[in-house]
Amino acid sequence: MRDRDNELQLQQQVSRAVETGGALRIVGGNSKAFYGGHCTADVVLNTADHCGVIDYEPSELVITARAGSRVTDIAEILAGHRQMLGFEPPDFAGQATVGGTFACGFSGPRRPFAGSARDFMLGCKIVNGQGQILNFGGRVMKNVAGFDVSRLMVGALGTLGVLLEASLRVLPLPEADLTLAYACTEQKALSKMRQLAGQPWPLSAMAYDGECLRIRLSGAETAVLAAARQLAGDVDQKGDRFWHDLREQRLGFFQLPGPLWRISIAPGAPPLGLAGRGLLDWGGALRWINTDMPAEAIHAVAAAHGGHAIGYRGTDKADWLRLDSGLLGLQQNIRLAFDPLNLFNPGRLFP
Amino acid sequence: MPLPAAFVQQCRALLGVQQVISDPESLRVYECDALSAYRQVPELVVLPESVAQVQVLLKLCNQYGVPVVARGAGTGLSGGSLPVAGGVVLGLSKMKRILAVDPVNCCATLQPGVRNLAISEAARPHGLYYAPDPSSQIACSIGGNVAENAGGVHCLKYGLTVHNVLQIKLVTLDGQLMTLGGSGLDMPGYDVLALAIGSEGLLGVVVEITVRLLPVQPQTQVLLAAFAGVEQAGAAVAAIIADGLMPAGLELMDNAAIRATEAFVHAGYPVDAAAILLCELDGLPEQVAADSRRAIGLLQNNAAVEIRTASDEQERKRFWAGRKAAFPAVGRIASDYYCMDGTIPRKQLAHVLQRIGTMAEACGLSVVNVFHAGDGNLHPLILYDANRAGDFEKAEVLGGQILELCVAVGGTITGEHGVGHEKLGQMCVQFQAAELAQFHRLKQAFDPLGLLNPGKAIPTLHRCAELGRLHVHHGQLPHPELERF
Repeated sequence: MRDRDNELQLQQQVSRAVETGGALRIVGGNSKAFYGGHCTADVVLNTADHCGVIDYEPSELVITARAGSRVTDIAEILAGHRQMLGFEPPDFAGQATVGGTFACGFSGPRRPFAGSARDFMLGCKIVNGQGQILNFGGRVMKNVAGFDVSRLMVGALGTLGVLLEASLRVLPLPEADLTLAYACTEQKALSKMRQLAGQPWPLSAMAYDGECLRIRLSGAETAVLAAARQLAGDVDQKGDRFWHDLREQRLGFFQLPGPLWRISIAPGAPPLGLAGRGLLDWGGALRWINTDMPAEAIHAVAAAHGGHAIGYRGTDKADWLRLDSGLLGLQQNIRLAFDPLNLFNPGRLFP
Repeated sequence: MPLPAAFVQQCRALLGVQQVISDPESLRVYECDALSAYRQVPELVVLPESVAQVQVLLKLCNQYGVPVVARGAGTGLSGGSLPVAGGVVLGLSKMKRILAVDPVNCCATLQPGVRNLAISEAARPHGLYYAPDPSSQIACSIGGNVAENAGGVHCLKYGLTVHNVLQIKLVTLDGQLMTLGGSGLDMPGYDVLALAIGSEGLLGVVVEITVRLLPVQPQTQVLLAAFAGVEQAGAAVAAIIADGLMPAGLELMDNAAIRATEAFVHAGYPVDAAAILLCELDGLPEQVAADSRRAIGLLQNNAAVEIRTASDEQERKRFWAGRKAAFPAVGRIASDYYCMDGTIPRKQLAHVLQRIGTMAEACGLSVVNVFHAGDGNLHPLILYDANRAGDFEKAEVLGGQILELCVAVGGTITGEHGVGHEKLGQMCVQFQAAELAQFHRLKQAFDPLGLLNPGKAIPTLHRCAELGRLHVHHGQLPHPELERF
């Protein structure tokens, strides 16, 4: 993979922005430009050329890479040592970068069982909104020195700082995977997923596509086969393809025209009854819905179940995210603590 | 400085006289946490019983400018709940109800004073448990666990507190109740939940916690491997991880620790070994069988001189008994000990242990090593005698040197105990001035007056300058406007 250190140039561009007050639009692989609110900055800060692996030792279970490194390149290097990114992020046709993946905080089907993008973030180097290069966290598994700024960066959409490097925890690849499929209704799928989640099966994904519940078992081959025998169900020979396409958001469901919402909610919440087509991931804790319903109604349904909704794609940008006023005020204060001039991606997070 | 009379009066009116402690005798109970080398008697202790009372108390502190230190069970090892002179201690011990155990969503909602172990006990009838298990789990509270991002022996596989909490309710200094997280697996906007966990009481007071529960694994196996040298034990740890095994626990004890615990609990440890590894594997029986075979092969290839497999539950408990009793066992051989908590890259294990031995010898103290080898989290126990003049000061210096060594080899000054009051000096070594300044700005976003656990966790630049430890980047002294000493 490419190896290039653009740290100084990136810092200088931020420092110039600090002087002129000109806001910046941070772009990595540009694979997730659809996501978030409307960014009002035009000047691009390009992180894609700041790339390469800085440190990787398989026995440490940690890899440190520059933000512009492609997720696919990282995955390939890890696979060479039978390791992987445990949160299974989408690589969006190879375009996604490490920086963008963490800025958006995207995690795939393995998330409920292995952890999210933020769970795997161990440390990072950033440029803050004053042009200072800062390091937080580290390259070790356990580290509670100082506030957990590294994890705060995950999902912040670049609004707290430009991610330069990230140190990530990695996981061993499972020896074997096996997918079981059950044709059933949404109600049945939800109750079966809850039943399984409360039992010690070697689960690594559970999703329902509107017709079929699929569960993925991962671990030692003998254990996976033993679990499959006890759980019955049909073995889905194309299971790997399904999980890959779910992770990449390439299943037919994601191709549907119309606004796409992402609802994060208690996995045991009943079917939400929203008009439109839906898909369940994360054992029921993530509910995708393609619907024309008004944003107000969707946010209200999510909140009623203690969760939240995000206008993921094709929704009104002004209403993509809802925060209650107390939390919004606090988050805006946090933003100002890092980026007092509102230089980074203005509008991208707070509508 | 005494507290304003009106403030004390309003606390009493709010909580009732019983829940406000002000007599010197009773205040003494709160003068320290489990790091008893540092003490400070608070002016007042308040013991709220409800979220609403916490909100009013913090508003009062805000209004009268009174510093406030939240306190859980007081088992912290870094002086995180050490009272602040002229301040109030807000004890959460009365808020100790388990509000709900939800087997469908695999979670439990708790008041902050609930004991860590009580969560797993309540979840057990549903076949579930709460994974993070700090060694103080009989006594420590979930509120304190959240404040410190507590770990335990099973972090390698099951994560720290931050990986196992779904939602918290946090009261900020102005009395606002914030819900961070939610019923799902993430929260909208910034991940303030992750930020709040491990923030050592500097950002707000946690008044309710929803934790994730995991299914109890059907089988658990423990291997005990003995080594003739610490280097071999360290290499075996690296080999196990590199091979793709994910033990539920992987603990290392050095010879001094083996001898101390063996004399105490008679776990049957090989007392002549330079080091032993305890490797716990869990899962379905087939998984455990496959993993055990692999682990035994790896241990053999890495010069283990003896490998034992627990043949039944009793033997498994006996293997662990020594490890779990390590701290009290050390308490029997030394009048006092000082427990450190650095984390290092695993490959540095042998080097760091050897350096610790040399440094200890140089200052005439002994060190016993027991630690979470799987995640490189060291717990060197420095033995000293508090009654011997200058001994604690020597231990303090050695402890500081050990932590600085951890930073030098690419690690950190605290893996799970927190910075608290204890490691403020080492924070100046681990972080640059600009990074510390960023931490302070972040604190101000929550607590503009700096009244929540002031002086803990993040040192002032003044303090670092006084210690002569301020990091100077590229020859530029940060914040030249500051007065230097």
